[in-house]
Amino acid sequence: MENSDAARTSRRNALLGVNLLRLITLLTALPVIGVIVYIIVRGAPALSWEFISAMPREGMRAGGILPAIMGTFYLTLGTAVFSVPLGVAAGIYIAEYAPDNRATRLVRIAIINLAGIPSVVYGLFGLGLFVLFLKFGTSILAASLTLSIMTLPVIISTTEEALRQVPNAFRVVSTSLGATRWQTIKRITLPQALPGVITGVILGLERAAGETAPIMFTGAAFFLPLLPQSPLDATMALPYHIFVISTSVPGMPVEIQYGTVLVLLIFVLGMNVIATLIRNRARARRQW
Amino acid sequence: MSAKISVQNLTLMYSDGVESLQNVSIDIIANAVNVLFGPAGGGKSTLLRALNRLNDLADVDTAQGKIVFNEQNILDPATDVIELRRKVGMVFSRPAPLPLSVYENVIYGLRLMGERNKSLLDERVEQSLRQAVLWDEVYDRLNDPGTSLSGGQQQRLCIARVLALEPEVIMLDEPTSALDPVSTAKIEGMLATLKERLTIILVPHNVQQAARTADYAGFFLQGRLVEYAPGKELFLKPREKETQDYVTGRFG
Ligand SMILES: Nc1ncnc2c1ncn2[C@@H]1O[C@H](COP(=O)(O)OP(=O)(O)OP(=O)(O)O)[C@@H](O)[C@H]1O
Ligand SMILES: [Mg+2]
Repeated sequence: MENSDAARTSRRNALLGVNLLRLITLLTALPVIGVIVYIIVRGAPALSWEFISAMPREGMRAGGILPAIMGTFYLTLGTAVFSVPLGVAAGIYIAEYAPDNRATRLVRIAIINLAGIPSVVYGLFGLGLFVLFLKFGTSILAASLTLSIMTLPVIISTTEEALRQVPNAFRVVSTSLGATRWQTIKRITLPQALPGVITGVILGLERAAGETAPIMFTGAAFFLPLLPQSPLDATMALPYHIFVISTSVPGMPVEIQYGTVLVLLIFVLGMNVIATLIRNRARARRQW
Repeated sequence: MSAKISVQNLTLMYSDGVESLQNVSIDIIANAVNVLFGPAGGGKSTLLRALNRLNDLADVDTAQGKIVFNEQNILDPATDVIELRRKVGMVFSRPAPLPLSVYENVIYGLRLMGERNKSLLDERVEQSLRQAVLWDEVYDRLNDPGTSLSGGQQQRLCIARVLALEPEVIMLDEPTSALDPVSTAKIEGMLATLKERLTIILVPHNVQQAARTADYAGFFLQGRLVEYAPGKELFLKPREKETQDYVTGRFG
């Protein structure tokens, strides 16, 4: 009797604990949901075909935001071109080839810390290295390279982590059947790690797409009458455009501000959704 | 009886300083089931991994002595380990299909060699699966994932995968330790057929299996080869007291 009483009490306590955790989770999610709903409500009226397909008019107070959308698209693409091959290659090297010694550990710590550096520091670094020293000027190229440097640590770490999660038995078996290290990576390890790698890549690029500080000094323009014609042109970009129209344009209609924020949000959340879909699909198919 | 592989005074140390094999000399007899048995930690797996240089993946510190296979010392750094591993195949104790289809599992080694000829691959798949006594159970699900098979089937798939490379030696490290008696019997029966064409090294998962299958048997104790003799001799009248204690179950 006493026993079942104690059991009941402990079950009730457990239930209480779980519900408490539920509540806390809900509370932390609430502000995020609130922000998203608010932006949708305020921004949706501005959305129209013209808004996403036309050039700005009347000192950006009317018309569309096409150059900012295209600019963010180019910058994200440019960042991907540099950071994905390099980051994945470095992740593969660290996970599969690098000997487990002090130098490797040092590099790994450096990469992890690199991910924590404020983005404005990357912006100044890019200004010094790409814009001025390498003379790329304020350009898509310089901004993409700057964003790449910021994105690399994320891609390297997630690639490494994804590879490490592949069971070692596969490597041993593959080797025992006459595979070189690279054959094992190409045929087994990397395909198995690919969902994780892609998720990391998208999360990294998503962050790059939404950053203002790194592109502010390296490639973003206040206003341009034309779309960029080459990688050496400067470009407008969504995050910087938001900054500009919220701080520097008097008489800016509020819907346009929220509309632009909403477009950026859709861009970034869209990438997030793709990452989640890839991950879920791969998880369902995974054989270990 | 001729030696397929001749291990001469092999001493092997892991980087933690433990001598896992101490001055082991053993002739692996061609076209026979060579059984290596003994209590845990005796160095059996270490020896198998030395024979196809899979120890290169582990942190082995020093390997002294010689392992002669086809007139070459395979411990020589210049050895072509890829070629060696194709000739000396290995089956692990836990069935480990690669994350590929049944078909692709079987021809994995051939694909690595760049083999593209579809009819040759098809033929080799059927032949290897038949030799591994698995064809009748999987011929209509070759494109299913290897992991969709039962444990016993998976282990025979792993054997087929090694056979597809037409090796000269096949090493099996406790291949039936995770299997039921029926699957175990299938694999033991298969070994008796296979030894007509190739050389088998088996680490059995218990003394009974050792006694059932051994043409030759070596008893390993803490890195030493205590005794090595034809199976019947070793199990019926062992020379060494340590062997006798172990086979009669009076051990530890
Ligand atoms: N990768 C490794 N690194 C360090 N030491 C190892 C490694 N693998 C094995 N050893 C050590 O080498 C010795 C022999 O191990 P081994 O696995 O060869 O024994 P075994 O006879 O196969 O045993 P079991 O019957 O348990 O499989 C043990 O002391 C073990 O701790
Ligand atoms: Mg073992």
